[in-house]
Amino acid sequence: MDFALDTGNTAWMLTASALVLLMTPGLAFFYGGMVRGKSVLNMMMMSFGAMGVVGLIWVLWGYSATFGSDIGGFIGNPLDYFGLDGMTDDQSLMAAAGVPALVAVAFQATFAIITIALISGAIADRTKFSAWLIFAGIWVTIVYMPVAHWVWGGGLLGAEGITVDMGLSVPIDFAGGTVVHINAGIAGLALALILGKRKGFGKEPMRPHNLPFVMLGAALLWFGWFGFNAGSEFAADGVAGRAWLNTLIATCAAMLTWLLTERLRDGKATSLGAASGVVGGLVAITPAAAAVDTFGAIAIGAIAGSLCALAVGLKYRFGYDDSLDVVGVHLVGGLTGTILIGLFATDKNSTWYPEGAMNGLFYGGGLTQLATQVIAAVVVVVFSFIVTYVIGAILQATIGMRVSDGDEVGGIDLAQHGETAYEALGARVTMTEVKA
Amino acid sequence: MTKLVTGVIQPHRLDDVKSALEAAGVRGMTVSEASGYGRQRGHTEVYRGAEYTVDLVPKVRIEVLVADEDTATVTAVLIKAAQTGKIGDGKVWVVPVEDVARVRTGEHGVDAL
Repeated sequence: MDFALDTGNTAWMLTASALVLLMTPGLAFFYGGMVRGKSVLNMMMMSFGAMGVVGLIWVLWGYSATFGSDIGGFIGNPLDYFGLDGMTDDQSLMAAAGVPALVAVAFQATFAIITIALISGAIADRTKFSAWLIFAGIWVTIVYMPVAHWVWGGGLLGAEGITVDMGLSVPIDFAGGTVVHINAGIAGLALALILGKRKGFGKEPMRPHNLPFVMLGAALLWFGWFGFNAGSEFAADGVAGRAWLNTLIATCAAMLTWLLTERLRDGKATSLGAASGVVGGLVAITPAAAAVDTFGAIAIGAIAGSLCALAVGLKYRFGYDDSLDVVGVHLVGGLTGTILIGLFATDKNSTWYPEGAMNGLFYGGGLTQLATQVIAAVVVVVFSFIVTYVIGAILQATIGMRVSDGDEVGGIDLAQHGETAYEALGARVTMTEVKA
Repeated sequence: MTKLVTGVIQPHRLDDVKSALEAAGVRGMTVSEASGYGRQRGHTEVYRGAEYTVDLVPKVRIEVLVADEDTATVTAVLIKAAQTGKIGDGKVWVVPVEDVARVRTGEHGVDAL
């Protein structure tokens, strides 16, 4: 295949890649503000640590194992482009849009990074930093790369995948409802079960220590998400505009319905609710970003905002400590968006979905796409939960994933990083040694 | 003889209370930050559905030494200026003071006020 460079599309994809990368430090603030002051640095370091580990793995074997030549529908060949050696632009994932191979690698790297970082919210305040870095490297390789390959790399949830073999249609996941959010959400649940509850969970106060950080994080996430969703078009065109606009309006709707749910149930519309509603809406519209029209986007956002607001209480009912609601927001939001595509997918009004997918129930397509979406979601939930649980159990049994009770109660920042984020009242600090 | 009038009030009423006391002839006072709760038991906050009770809320403690005969006036002025009519307005109480001395001059009693 000949490659013809399109500078406009390439410029947009370079920009979008930087936007998506900003989401991970944004997430660090979103999560960091939500934990207690004694563990904010560790929480933020889990996001930064994910950038370090996954960024390197991605260029060594990650991109290749996701988008290299298909091995049994399960994973790409990690040796095809190992170290990006010998890649040519005609092999680019985005070759049809005239975007060079390395730009495609860059864009996809940022997705892998944030997916792992999202998981960290489920295991806040209690995870050994070293164990987290090792987990990130293993998880991206044996969970993220396969799932991304299934959906986007021509694997078993793609155009020639299992739903097509079953006589249904091709799954729609435009920007990562299954690959990123359902995947990270269910993995968060598995790890939260492996690590167990924080000391005092459900009894001692664990209120967010810095809500302005949470708002700042939500703002950075929303900003970066325009690159995430509109960038997933791989081109600067009308469909990217559709994805961009849906990323705005579904999020607006979700923020308002989260606030409304809180107002009716708890009496007040909170800033934490607004920030959470923003993220819930962004998650839900991600798989549907290009595939639904304006009304579909409003409906998906509105439903997701309210559902996620209710879902964050489940951890208290069922007794698992998903500390920052990775399940309640990312799993529930991801499932909501992925499944509602089966109702709202449409081929009108500057939308797009892959060939072999169909309109949703409300747009004359019948129930086929809905069934396809449910199957895709279930496959990812089952695979990610089992494999994550096994990885977690092995790490827990060998190196140990959790810090000691004393370190947890005294503050993981000091125990794991030798730092504290804020000056303690009444503390006196003297300088005792300088390493020069 | 002298009395100690102590008020624990809403922090945002301090400026008004201070001016009202000055206007009533009070020439000195001690103000400190305090925290506590009364019959209203603080307030509740809800974060993603998890409810927390903040039962020690910030207050300001204001202490004024007065001559016996001024006690009723000063107490009334303090209450009037501090009052918003909502729960959490605080308390005022009066206790007898056995002796007061001005450190600079060594004067005692009402002369030291």
